[in-house]
Amino acid sequence: MAGAGDDASRRGGGAVTAVAEAEQAGRSSAPPGPSRRRRARPPVWRWIILVVAGLYFVIPLYAALRFAGLKAFPSVLHQAGFTDALILSVRLALITTVLTIVLMVPTVVYVHLRLPRLRRILEAVTILPIVIPPVVLIVGVLAVTPGNLKSSPNLLALEYVILAMPFAYRSIDAGLRAVDLKTLVEASSSLGAGWPSTLWRVLLPNLRTAMLSATVLTVALVLGEYTMASLDLYQTFPVWIVNFEQSSGPVSVAASLLALFVTWLFLMAITSLGSRRASRTGGSLTLFSVTRRDVGGS
Amino acid sequence: MADNPAGSTAVAAAPGIRPDPGGRPGGRLRSAARAARRLAGVVPFTAYVLAGLLVPTVAVAVGAFQNSATGQFTLSNIQVATHGIYLQGFRQSIELSLLSALIPGVVGLLIAYAIHTARRASVLRRVAITASGVFANFGGVPLAFLFIASLGTTGIVTGWLKALGFDIYAGSFSLFTFTGVLVAYMYFQIPLMVLVILPALEGLRPTWREAAQNMGAGTWQYWRYVGGPVLAPAFLGCLLLLFGSAFAAYATANAMTAGALALTPIQIGTFLNGNVLAGQENVGKALGLGMVIIIGVVMIIYSMLQRRAARWLQ
Repeated sequence: MAGAGDDASRRGGGAVTAVAEAEQAGRSSAPPGPSRRRRARPPVWRWIILVVAGLYFVIPLYAALRFAGLKAFPSVLHQAGFTDALILSVRLALITTVLTIVLMVPTVVYVHLRLPRLRRILEAVTILPIVIPPVVLIVGVLAVTPGNLKSSPNLLALEYVILAMPFAYRSIDAGLRAVDLKTLVEASSSLGAGWPSTLWRVLLPNLRTAMLSATVLTVALVLGEYTMASLDLYQTFPVWIVNFEQSSGPVSVAASLLALFVTWLFLMAITSLGSRRASRTGGSLTLFSVTRRDVGGS
Repeated sequence: MADNPAGSTAVAAAPGIRPDPGGRPGGRLRSAARAARRLAGVVPFTAYVLAGLLVPTVAVAVGAFQNSATGQFTLSNIQVATHGIYLQGFRQSIELSLLSALIPGVVGLLIAYAIHTARRASVLRRVAITASGVFANFGGVPLAFLFIASLGTTGIVTGWLKALGFDIYAGSFSLFTFTGVLVAYMYFQIPLMVLVILPALEGLRPTWREAAQNMGAGTWQYWRYVGGPVLAPAFLGCLLLLFGSAFAAYATANAMTAGALALTPIQIGTFLNGNVLAGQENVGKALGLGMVIIIGVVMIIYSMLQRRAARWLQ
């Protein structure tokens, strides 16, 4: 045992390696004993922490509900500019989502199949929109965009594709890793299907959950994006909410709560869909680590 | 077969079979053409990223050094961006990001540990994880209004505290200052921390704990010599992630303070639509360049830490 410990510290990694090796040695030499119950202490502290944390998160929600008043919720729909702003946001969300899916799915599939060595580069590229804050991005975009595109709100949709890229990539990448891509493609082509047919009839149905999750993330992102829209001077839904505060605070708060609730519904939908699918195919999809929306983009 | 001249000659003798031309320069050109054809599949994506991301970023980087009127190279933008009110902006942004990384970092770790030690199937655990996922996605505009409604001058919580005797606005607190923004940022930073540190905690094998106990270690010694060092890179990495997320944030602070607080993202925004001093139009780009550099450094350190963390926590 002493020899193993010395070896470990010589190799570096110190105490951790020593413990790991001791564990190996212990497993082989000692007879298996009863496993220790780790939680002999009453879990009071656990409850205290989680309850306090829960309060911290729930109280602002409750306060917002009280502040807005139940009357404010239906009145949100009738406020000036609400419908236009919402329609603009929804339109941008649709354009962005379609563009994102059409751009990302074939690319990621292609890289997985034909250019596996580019995967790391692709991953690094999809981190870039997180490194370059949307504030900075919109400055650059407005500096280089030709005039006729700059005067159209669709410019925002084009840029939102860039913002959505990291999340779409991760969803699709996770979905591809859950299926045996190579076998599917080889089987499909051995049965005579061409590349478009394979993509459409074989791969896309298998990527349904991944694409759905990418869609929901993109839609949530666009519907909540404030930074670039406000600096580009377009009144999307979040911009409308902020501008409307001048007229009526409670309405803005009510609209915010509605937006939060809808986002939450979306996320619940993809989680339940993802876990249902996962239980059928035997894989698992951790979506929440993917769904984190960078605040700078909202 | 290509590097065996005798073999290829023998094969060439058989009708219908051509030897592999690998050794000739034409072969190298052919394989380069093949590689180019294979890369064609990623051309649309590359073009889009170039146009939508790289070109604007380069424009910002170049513009930071340009005189806005003449286009000549100048360092005056950088000069302005690193002094006076903009230096204060950087300082406050960094301070805000550090605090909204450290405090939620520790709190998030505690919460994650509480979740981690709960029984696998317990309701508490499932609720907590789901809630973290939901709250981590609150941000931007709705978050600002949530806090205006709670802790604003006419907020509900402000009212409760007043009724209890604490007038928080009597002192220097205001939702529209540094402290207020910090409190609001914690709302999404804590769940984010929980979500990213939980997998790392789950990666701590229970066998390590048991082995340590077999060797006589107590709880403190386990954490000091085993759990802590293993978890440290992941924890630091998460802190960096929180830092970057807070540093780049614009929407919440802007919606809450209406641009009154000196933070770098907000200052950059004013260059687009606010009053800009003559000759200083490109200072916003210099500020942007500064932000990209800071976040870039943070992310590089983060990826190094992630690789270290993966050594033990896979």
